[in-house]
Amino acid sequence: MSALLEAVNIGKRFGGIEALSSISLTIQRGEIYGLIGPNGAGKTTFFNVLSGVYRADSGDFNFNDTVLNISAPHEVAASGIARTFQNIRLFANMSALENVMVGRHVRTRAGIFGAILRDARTRAEERAIHERARTLLEYVGLSGRGDELARSLPYGDQRRLEIARALATDPHLLALDEPAAGMNATETATLRRLLERIRDDGTTILLIEHDMKLVMGLCDRIAVLDYGRKIAEGVPAAVRKDAKVIEAYLGGELA
Amino acid sequence: MNLAQRLKSNPAAVWGGIALVACALLALPFVLAMAGTTWVRVTNLAILFTLLALGLNIVVGFAGLLDLGYIAFYGVGAYVYALLASPQFNLHLPFWIILPIGALAACVFGVLLGAPTLKLRGDYLAIVTLGFGEIVRIFFNNMSQPVNITNGPQGISRIDPFSIGSFSFSQNEVILGLQFSGPIKYYYLLLLVLIAVIVINLRLEDSRIGRAWQAIREDEVAAQAMGINTTRIKLLAFAMGASFGGVAGGMFAAMQGFISPESFVLVESVMVLAMVVLGGMGNIWGVIVGALLLSFVPELLRHTVDPLQRSLFGHLIVEPEVVRMLLFGLALMLMMLFRPAGLWPSRVRRRELAEK
Amino acid sequence: MDIFLQQIINGLTLGSVYAIVALGYTMVYGIIQLINFAHGEVVMIGAMVAFSVIGWLTTNTTLPPLLIVLIGTLAAIPVCVGVGYALEIFAYRRLRNAPRLAPLITAIGASIVLQQLAMMIWSRNPLGFPQIIPNTVFNVGGATITLIQIAIIAISIALMIALTLVVYRTRLGVAMRATSQNAQIAGLMGVNVNQIIAITFMIGAALAAVAGVMVGTYYGIAHYTMGSLLGLKAFCAAVLGGIGNLAGAMLGGMLLGIVEALGAGYIGDFTNNVFGSNYQDVFAFLVLIGVLVFRPSGLLGERIGDRA
Repeated sequence: MSALLEAVNIGKRFGGIEALSSISLTIQRGEIYGLIGPNGAGKTTFFNVLSGVYRADSGDFNFNDTVLNISAPHEVAASGIARTFQNIRLFANMSALENVMVGRHVRTRAGIFGAILRDARTRAEERAIHERARTLLEYVGLSGRGDELARSLPYGDQRRLEIARALATDPHLLALDEPAAGMNATETATLRRLLERIRDDGTTILLIEHDMKLVMGLCDRIAVLDYGRKIAEGVPAAVRKDAKVIEAYLGGELA
Repeated sequence: MNLAQRLKSNPAAVWGGIALVACALLALPFVLAMAGTTWVRVTNLAILFTLLALGLNIVVGFAGLLDLGYIAFYGVGAYVYALLASPQFNLHLPFWIILPIGALAACVFGVLLGAPTLKLRGDYLAIVTLGFGEIVRIFFNNMSQPVNITNGPQGISRIDPFSIGSFSFSQNEVILGLQFSGPIKYYYLLLLVLIAVIVINLRLEDSRIGRAWQAIREDEVAAQAMGINTTRIKLLAFAMGASFGGVAGGMFAAMQGFISPESFVLVESVMVLAMVVLGGMGNIWGVIVGALLLSFVPELLRHTVDPLQRSLFGHLIVEPEVVRMLLFGLALMLMMLFRPAGLWPSRVRRRELAEK
Repeated sequence: MDIFLQQIINGLTLGSVYAIVALGYTMVYGIIQLINFAHGEVVMIGAMVAFSVIGWLTTNTTLPPLLIVLIGTLAAIPVCVGVGYALEIFAYRRLRNAPRLAPLITAIGASIVLQQLAMMIWSRNPLGFPQIIPNTVFNVGGATITLIQIAIIAISIALMIALTLVVYRTRLGVAMRATSQNAQIAGLMGVNVNQIIAITFMIGAALAAVAGVMVGTYYGIAHYTMGSLLGLKAFCAAVLGGIGNLAGAMLGGMLLGIVEALGAGYIGDFTNNVFGSNYQDVFAFLVLIGVLVFRPSGLLGERIGDRA
């Protein structure tokens, strides 16, 4: 099986600061891949470069057997990479269902004339969008809540809604930025089951997380970033014991 | 849809209500004509401004882009009509050819304006659109030499009214025993156009493009991450809004028979914006009510405030025109300070639905 | 060559006024990211108040002309400062944290209200400037420059220097700069943010008052509609120089004045008289659109806080 995503020597500078230096990693199809590291290590920067918010200064991404050539953020979803955000960026004043329906935008085609004329094809497409959105809400555990405003959902539900919205774009790779942040143990366990189900159903997952229990238990492989460099990559058991990783998280003295 | 759900639960009541409203609307011009044809004209202008407000609502309300030069599109539509149906160039094309041309011209201007500027942040976009509106007006005002295109500040007069064959919209006729003055004929035409525009707006709101506009308004970064080409979609909003303005402009030119750059000044753009703001940006029905309110109330005031002041104070302290402008200015300020969601916020309706 | 120099002189004069008004816009935008649409009307109010006073003094006293103008200006300043303060307190303060469209719309509303109030107070008729200042004319290399023009340019430069000293050499200035960088942190450091913002408005309004007197004196009349277009152009100047940047506002104002004057002077020649000097007002907007499309941060770079 060829790799789904290959990052080759990705570099990004902001003025004098090298946020990412020569990051190379490989994500296989069908795995859950974790990206961890202390705060400021460059994890979200990596996400932003991958999703087109920033342009990499050097390096390439190979995605799905082609070179990823992204000039604008909106092309990323079309290529098959969907992301969530560290600070949850839902469409606050739209309903949960509408949020997920927006996720279908990139895979549907109706334009202005379709909207105005409501021809048969447009109507069929709208029905399909509704159906798919409802199904996805059920999938993440929000069935029946479709009409609630996104901003009035409880925090944990908002995170799940964001995942549903991302799934609506039919991604090959789902990139999640701290999906378990702020969750208690029960919610995290539910999230873990959901992510495993997503993986089992065929979507590869890239995960930034700080919850070590979740990461170690869930991820097939992990990469560790520190000060913009990759200092370890491998299965959780190996990474956990890696001396450099321990030093990065806990400081030199305790190694 | 709200209406669809209610239809299913109590069809009799809903159809009865619609029939009642329809009868009232059909009879309205004749009732008004009893008070004077002026009131029919006022109503026609109110409908025109409602069309404008609905068009601007797409740009400001749906997509969240502040356009302060919207009246330029109205002007483009009006001048296109005037140039193709008046003694200015001695062209007299029929209205059903000119109106689409006017809409297209306005649409092109909208795209020309939007393409380089839509990436600007909100308040800068506002100022740029304002500048554009002013530039267009200045051109209208000055394109009389060396080639007389717009006839400068004097404007273009003797514009052809709408006509289908021998049926002209400007002549008084007696049909079915009722006295149809020119304005009354235009009223029905405008009503038809208004209904069509409302339907189009409702459909746009509840569509893939409409959701994309809302998503951009809510969080542009997230919308991009979900694959929405925000620049293109924003341009669509501009183009659609501009087209509506162009159509309204053409009808204005035909109805009034005379246009001049004075009708397309900045203040008019602000007035249309006030209507959208008052009704709740994005809320189609709210915007309609807002437009009707801000069109009729100043007229009503003009007819009451004037004699009232004379009887109370003996002379005019505040001119009706000043009252009108003060009303607009205060409406804008007070709405933003106390009810930024508009008098009829649409999200309140939505929450009401969800709480059932 | 004569026309060129003359237009430069005219451009510098008008440009100085633009610069002073632009300073008001740029300070307010730098500190709270708001386009104070009503600023142009404050300029107009300054002119109207000053002219009323000047007119009264000229008919009823025999004070020397310079003193009359000075008293007129000094009368205008507190009124404008009051209006600026009122705008901040009543119109903008509540909307400090609202989405950016809200204060912009309020500002437009305030501008309309102020204009109508001015018309109610002073009527539609323009106020004239009495002929009390001698019409001395100097010859410079083939062009002429009047006493009033010299005065306007000199006063503007003096005001710019004074403002720069305040902003960069006083505690108040430090507080203003801190607030415009990051209001929250400035507040935590002990700066009374509300007060600083109010003071910013008031300084801008005082400058506007003087600008109003200068413009009115230059053209000889003051009218309740004189503020809007002037304000818009001054804002264009502020953007040209870099919004939030004091030096930018000054440079932008001067540049815009010169561009407008040269444009009006030469456009007939360049376009074979297809476009004449009656298109003068278009230049400011074309400059604005050009700047925002090609160099949105302006010539000297923008200086705004972390709100966006």
